[in-house]
Amino acid sequence: MSTPGETGTEAWPLWEVFVRANRGLSHVHVGSLHAPDADMAVRNARDLYTRRNEGVSIWVVPADAVTTSDPDAKGAFFESPAGKNYRHAVYYTKSEGVKHL
Amino acid sequence: MTAPADLTVVENEAAQARFDDLIAQDSRIEPRDWMPDAYRKTLIRQISQHAHSEIIGMQPESNWISRAPSLKRKAILLAKVQDEAGHGLYLYSAAQTLGIGREEMMQQLIEGRARYSSIFNYTTPTWADMGAIGWLVDGAAICNQVPLCRASYGPYGRAMVRICKEESFHQRQGFEILLELMQGTEAQREMAQDAVNRWYWPSLMMFGPPDDESPNSAQSMAWNIKRFSNDDLRQRFVGMLVPQAEVLGVTLPDPNLAWNEERQAYDMSEIDWTEFHEVLAGRGPANAERLRRRREAHEEGAWVREAAAEYARKQALKQQSAA
Amino acid sequence: MSAETPDLDTRPSAATRSPEDPHGETDPHGDVTVDRVALAEELAGEAAGAGHAASADVAAYALGLGDDALVLAQRLGDWITRAPELEEDVALGNIALDLLGHARSLLHYAGTYDGRSEDDLAYFRDEPEFRNAWLFEQPNGDFAHTIARQLVASTYLVELYRRLEGSTDATLAAIAAKASKEVDYHRDHAIQWTLRLAGGTDESRRRMLRAVEQTWPYVDELFRDDEVVARLAEEGIAPLPSSLRETFDAVIDQVFAEAELARPEGRTAFTVDGRGREGKHTEHLGPLLAEMQVLARVHPGASW
Repeated sequence: MSTPGETGTEAWPLWEVFVRANRGLSHVHVGSLHAPDADMAVRNARDLYTRRNEGVSIWVVPADAVTTSDPDAKGAFFESPAGKNYRHAVYYTKSEGVKHL
Repeated sequence: MTAPADLTVVENEAAQARFDDLIAQDSRIEPRDWMPDAYRKTLIRQISQHAHSEIIGMQPESNWISRAPSLKRKAILLAKVQDEAGHGLYLYSAAQTLGIGREEMMQQLIEGRARYSSIFNYTTPTWADMGAIGWLVDGAAICNQVPLCRASYGPYGRAMVRICKEESFHQRQGFEILLELMQGTEAQREMAQDAVNRWYWPSLMMFGPPDDESPNSAQSMAWNIKRFSNDDLRQRFVGMLVPQAEVLGVTLPDPNLAWNEERQAYDMSEIDWTEFHEVLAGRGPANAERLRRRREAHEEGAWVREAAAEYARKQALKQQSAA
Repeated sequence: MSAETPDLDTRPSAATRSPEDPHGETDPHGDVTVDRVALAEELAGEAAGAGHAASADVAAYALGLGDDALVLAQRLGDWITRAPELEEDVALGNIALDLLGHARSLLHYAGTYDGRSEDDLAYFRDEPEFRNAWLFEQPNGDFAHTIARQLVASTYLVELYRRLEGSTDATLAAIAAKASKEVDYHRDHAIQWTLRLAGGTDESRRRMLRAVEQTWPYVDELFRDDEVVARLAEEGIAPLPSSLRETFDAVIDQVFAEAELARPEGRTAFTVDGRGREGKHTEHLGPLLAEMQVLARVHPGASW
């Protein structure tokens, strides 16, 4: 299932835009825009989403190229991690207070 | 992108319960979530109207970019109008996650089938209108918009956060335009007061009809789209304006405006809603002109959009055959 | 926004990037918005020049370049609300704002010669006192005309500012250093659109060919030397315009080869003998200035 938004009927496809605010940070989704192709999409993203120095790097991805998890299976899909408390450091209480652990 | 048709009644009820639960927890609804059709329709209508308002709202101000009286003011105004184009785009992009294309929204707008904020159907005959729009119209818009940052639909709320941050300069620059005028020559002061007189009432109308005549408000509040009632926001706005008007030295054009200690609220004159409905119905001073300009830009740009799409198609073919 | 509104606030979850948290560590992904900014120098070159006033020659030179930028910004500003797509409204707006910034810096510097402000120069000179080249005052035409004009202007400006960065005049060098990066993007924008219009539909190609033909007569003026610039070149303050031509032609040839266009040679649609640097102009500048200056001139001496 692709990301919502691309209707497949518009002259210019929809692109999802991701911006890296600073070195050391991930690219974060900021929104979408229309552009005829990838070259123009990255330029439009620069003009639209970094007018105030918000970024040092941009990704653009065709909206219909993004695959999302199935929302209707949401409960089941993300159920498994619940209960596996041993994956978290706070689970291990006996070592509390011991330095460098 | 409505719910798949083969969803059984039971599944539908479960989905509705999950939706209700998220709303009750004041959590967020995200694009792929199941949502009631009415919720989706309300949001599409509201977000696209909001986007149209940004796009049409560029026009009354762009009217003065070429004649701005100093280069600094020209740069500020151009940046502001450009921001409005950006805000329209953020909002169209949020609406698009609900399953409507921008081209379709644009067609609704230019064919006169969609609404936008009627304030932009007033004209801007003087430079002081740039000040009054910033101070009053953007001020009212910000009052309306800040609570929308918490709207239950995720993409809408996120777009509004970005918009509110960027708009903080819009109201200030308007205030400073008026301040400069009020500290200037007699002619400049008159220009400023005249603009405030013309924009004050329309800006109060931006909050919408009184609560008891606002049929959709209750549902929007139940869905956590709207957080405060029209009259509450209007009161809050007037409360902010009064001291600001004193700083400016302008008079707000309402002889009955006074603080009512007992009600802990401002008393004010009755708003002329006949005018509001006239403008809303398309009989404002500039309705036709605003739509004409938007339609022309869209139609005259068609050959450019087609050229770029065709070029992209040819390039893709070239790459395919080269591979 | 006034201080009265925090009770309407709003964003419990939006982590903000503050000076105390420069990398957005409260949110490992950081927030892609700017809340507090160090405001950059608004007029480039002010600090570098350290209050040093321009000489008569430097002022005349800066005035010419400033007028080029101002008049082009005024033209491009007209596109906003009228561009072929909303994304392009934003793009052309950015370019116009960059150029307006260059104009303000250059006019400000030019004005240090005789104590006039950027606004004195922009609003209170008459047409014969404007020194822009004719290319910049040509009407927007259709989108293809604007792109052809942008292609010529930005290709010329990239080379000009790149050379001017090495100027022995510290203010000009600082202005050029900032402008250079910006016009580089303008050129990229113009090239992208030139390729798309020339290689798009039959209609767009026809329009692009016509636009190139009607724009080319204004190219020569950009590369004409005069006495002032010859003196400045001797002192290493400014490059000779004629010395920028070779690179300009090379870049254009490369773009045109890809776009399957050709530089109009020999007889073009018409011939012009641009004399903007002498204060002679085409019919198009007068109305542009009348509009730009009308309000300021109704209220001489007023502050805005």
